[in-house]
Amino acid sequence: METKNKIRVLIAKPGLDGHDKGAKIVALALRDAGMEVIYSGLHQTLDQIMQTATQEAVDVIGLSIMSGAHLPICEKLIAMMKAQEIDDIRLTVGGVIPYQDIPKLKEMGVAAVFPGGTSFEDITFGMNKLFE
Amino acid sequence: MGVAKYIKDERGAIKTVTYQSGINVKPVYGPEDLEKAGFKYEKDLGAPGEYPFTRSIHPQSYRSRAWTTRQYTGFGTPEETNERFKLMIANGQNGLNVAFDLPTQMGYDSDHPLAQGEVGRVGMAIDSLKDFETAFAGIPLDRIGSGLTINAVATIMMAMYQATAEKFGYSKDQISTTPQNDILKEMIGRGAWIFPVEHGVRLVGDSIEYAVKELPKSNPVSICGYHIRESGANPAQEIAYAFEIAKAYIDNVTQRGILPEEFVGRFSFNFNVYGNLWEQIAKFRAARKLWAKMLKNEYGVTDKKKLFLRGLFGGGGSGLTKEQPENNIMRGAYYALGAALSGAQTTALCSFDEAYTIPTPRSALLSLRTLEMLMDEVGLRDTVDPLAGSYFIETLTLEMEEKILEEMQEVQKMGGMTKCISEGVIQRKVSRQAYEYEKGLQSGEYRKVGLNPEASDQTAEKTEAGAVELHEYNEDWAKKSKANLKALRATRNDKDVSDSLKALEKAAKGSDNVMPHLVKCCHAYATVGEMAGVFRQAFGEWNEPEFY
Repeated sequence: METKNKIRVLIAKPGLDGHDKGAKIVALALRDAGMEVIYSGLHQTLDQIMQTATQEAVDVIGLSIMSGAHLPICEKLIAMMKAQEIDDIRLTVGGVIPYQDIPKLKEMGVAAVFPGGTSFEDITFGMNKLFE
Repeated sequence: MGVAKYIKDERGAIKTVTYQSGINVKPVYGPEDLEKAGFKYEKDLGAPGEYPFTRSIHPQSYRSRAWTTRQYTGFGTPEETNERFKLMIANGQNGLNVAFDLPTQMGYDSDHPLAQGEVGRVGMAIDSLKDFETAFAGIPLDRIGSGLTINAVATIMMAMYQATAEKFGYSKDQISTTPQNDILKEMIGRGAWIFPVEHGVRLVGDSIEYAVKELPKSNPVSICGYHIRESGANPAQEIAYAFEIAKAYIDNVTQRGILPEEFVGRFSFNFNVYGNLWEQIAKFRAARKLWAKMLKNEYGVTDKKKLFLRGLFGGGGSGLTKEQPENNIMRGAYYALGAALSGAQTTALCSFDEAYTIPTPRSALLSLRTLEMLMDEVGLRDTVDPLAGSYFIETLTLEMEEKILEEMQEVQKMGGMTKCISEGVIQRKVSRQAYEYEKGLQSGEYRKVGLNPEASDQTAEKTEAGAVELHEYNEDWAKKSKANLKALRATRNDKDVSDSLKALEKAAKGSDNVMPHLVKCCHAYATVGEMAGVFRQAFGEWNEPEFY
């Protein structure tokens, strides 16, 4: 299997939560790992995130969610992607995610989940694996 | 071995120790170190309660009074928060530290589309004075002070607190509130900002001016090195950036013709306690001294009491690990010990489950008990500043003072804190540091017990399931808040609302202090979203600078 050349990632902070350390350090780590990384900035609506993702033609969206609202947010974003017939962008999520929610997120259609504490190596590996 | 950098020889003996602030620690300290540093008791320490207050701001410290404990509390509806407030007070807590949900912090009502899924989630949902009346029902507001953890719309919550107290029959000079109200730190870390930098600082200035004139027992601003540290700053930067932020607020208020002497005594601070124990203790001792020196020498403050560095030293969130969460119980106790050895006046402790969830009553009480043990059982009240005179601690305190000053000078060279934040300089710097630190943790260069390298995913999963009871989000909170809002909008006097909002708009667009207008809006039951909406329209919103 051939690995895609340069993965383009949108690291996005949906909603009102402003804890952006995780999003920023993951953005830096993925960039150091050779990916092209765009950071959305804070307080983004899901519409804004979808717009940036399509405009920038990213391969993957990495949502950073600390507020505990990961289930409703991912559900809504996936519904939006389906409605817009976007099937070439993978959705991943990181942040304060209890382990018991991972299967629920996967079932919804989230391609990979990186709960707080996941190493940069594992995140990079997980991202690359999506495109093998 | 904590968060300092340790280099060992092939036998495992420690060769070098470097603290996060960049200080190298020697294996042994003696009188020659103090001599070399030019240490003088009168100049560098002084008696507790005497300038420069390195040892304590009070002559008797915990002898006269144990610290005030203020666990961060609030979730769901005002009814539920009120119950939890009463539980904490019944269990001996003597101040409140109020958490607001994100829509409230960002100035949106519970029925705003952006509030969806967030109502009551990370704090209590407040839409109008009605909610404050419920949240504070039965709380003796003349005896219990309240910290309000809110920033961008802190002016609104301060007005709301005053209006509530007035409804309950207290006068505004009886109540004591400490809104966090530190917008510049929100722009470095935590991110609950709304308005552009200059308008944000103006609102802080308005609240300080108002408190000086109208709220004699309230502390209008609590400057938070805490979140700056959480975002990746080292302990020296935590203090340095907080002091530079304080200077930005002082400058705004003095431009209104008010002397620093009249208001700096009302500033309080919120600092973090996680990390290396000795570095923390030195940090607080150096900070007390530097703050007093700065106010005296640069701002001409003479009244001794106004030179005090007061505040809440506690928390420690970034020190906790998601792996093996029960370890955080012990970790928190050591952080609290550091706070007590530093002479923290007011404290709070992160609960062990906070890497996952809002603390349950059980974990919140465990934190409170941990704090009580230090005061009642272990002996931290016995004598003031027990580590004073230690060759190591005094040398370290002097070195820390130097590091803090260096960081402050760097900010000044770049044009001051407001400019640095507008341009994103500080944000980029702390993000980069956070990244480097995280890499160090992951590579094992920094050690955290239970995290690296021995912990595996499997153990983490097992322990998490066993130890942490998740705080469940309840969809009914949003339904209830929305129903209350609807009822409120139908029953309040629309003319009072629109008149008071119009007056607020005029003040916001002009240079009148917004505070008295906000109090009137609150009494008229205008909503948080309506008041913040006036500000949004008048000020616009901030565009954060690029962080790369």
